Amino acid sequence: MLTVRIIPCLDVDEGRVVKGVKFKDLQIAGDPVELAERYYKEGADELTFLDVGATYKSRKTLIEVVKEISKRIFIPLTAGGGIRSIEDIRELLLAGADKVSICTAAIQNPNLIKEAAEIFGSQCIVLSLDVARVGNNYHAFSHGGRVDANLDAIKWAVDAEVLGAGEILLNSIDRDGTGSGYDIGLLRRVGETVKIPVIASGGAGNLEQIFEAIGQGGADAVLLASRLHFGEMTISEIKTYLKNKGVSIR
Amino acid sequence: MIGIVDYKAGNLNSVMKAFKFLGLESQIISSVEDSHGVDKLVIPGVGSFGAAINNLKKQRLYEFVLDWLKADRPFLGVCLGFQLLFEGSEESVEVSGFSVVEGKCSRIRGRKVPHIGWNKVRFVIKDPIVDSFNEEEYFYFVHSYAVLQTSSTVVGTTDYEQEFVSIVRSGNIYGVQFHPEKSGEAGLRLLYNWGTRC
Repeated sequence: MLTVRIIPCLDVDEGRVVKGVKFKDLQIAGDPVELAERYYKEGADELTFLDVGATYKSRKTLIEVVKEISKRIFIPLTAGGGIRSIEDIRELLLAGADKVSICTAAIQNPNLIKEAAEIFGSQCIVLSLDVARVGNNYHAFSHGGRVDANLDAIKWAVDAEVLGAGEILLNSIDRDGTGSGYDIGLLRRVGETVKIPVIASGGAGNLEQIFEAIGQGGADAVLLASRLHFGEMTISEIKTYLKNKGVSIR
Repeated sequence: MIGIVDYKAGNLNSVMKAFKFLGLESQIISSVEDSHGVDKLVIPGVGSFGAAINNLKKQRLYEFVLDWLKADRPFLGVCLGFQLLFEGSEESVEVSGFSVVEGKCSRIRGRKVPHIGWNKVRFVIKDPIVDSFNEEEYFYFVHSYAVLQTSSTVVGTTDYEQEFVSIVRSGNIYGVQFHPEKSGEAGLRLLYNWGTRC
């Protein structure tokens, strides 16, 4: 049986792992290579690296980090943040990433997903969907959560799937870093609409909430950052808890 | 020396990095001239079935690989490289596979396709490639097509919607549907077994 994946997410800025609340107020959380090795040994099923600086310099640093990590860590690696073109994708894949996550550029030019999927295969194209509630609707946001793209998040998820995205990384801006739990309503709506795996992100505060994202939200994987970086939870703790709840876990 | 066939689609770097980590020497083969001194061959795998066969033909590597397989020389096909060993695939009906293993790849029928993530492989027979493993182990999969049946030796099977072949063997030729180079410690152990015992 396919297992639910536990994915630590490392937001990297100028060679350091940082983590904020609601995409703001970034704090330094450690060295990316050290943290990645620790999570690998603890049983992480995959690792995600996001360049939050998204400048030329921070992109180069991310590439170096991916190169270094892929020499000693043998689980799937996703990299993203500021990807604009096919060349950006190729560079990260050659550095050792297995998948890339695309957010803003895909909103501005949906065809990038199609083109990238045709060249590299859908399995390596992850749509990063940053979502916040606006009135009664869920909107997709671009530019690291700063710009409301005025796009219905559910519709955008479906469009991206049709264009060739292989997975959806569903980030709740409202819940990011708050520890108040994943946005279950959002997870369900996206998960019931698309046929590709959905990775829940934003809001993990305790073990029960992680279980809810899987049990009620139907998430295929959960992404965690703050709780792991700041030592409030460990991967083995999460896995043992979920196993005891009957979730299929590696 | 292990040769890794480059058909301009597969993610061969990660396979090479895994061998390097294990202390096994490997080199990339982009043309027949690169194959000097190679005694074991790997075809890694991402991309589509048809594109892989066409690229191999374009680079004049198709005949080289086919001769290698027909001579029953040590071989490992990974993911798409595994699928290429069979007769064909629903993914690209217009092209044939190497046909050294009996069977065909069909589209996975289920709600969520591709099958992405860690799943269990049950080892149905003892074999050097899974030496020192218990009865089952988790490996990382990413694929939309699978082989449901073959008359060749099935070493491992996996369940996703249906039971499919996840490790196959025919003489010195092995194929694995999952990505051992992305399957953590278990994957490294399997690559090491293949590199040193198969």
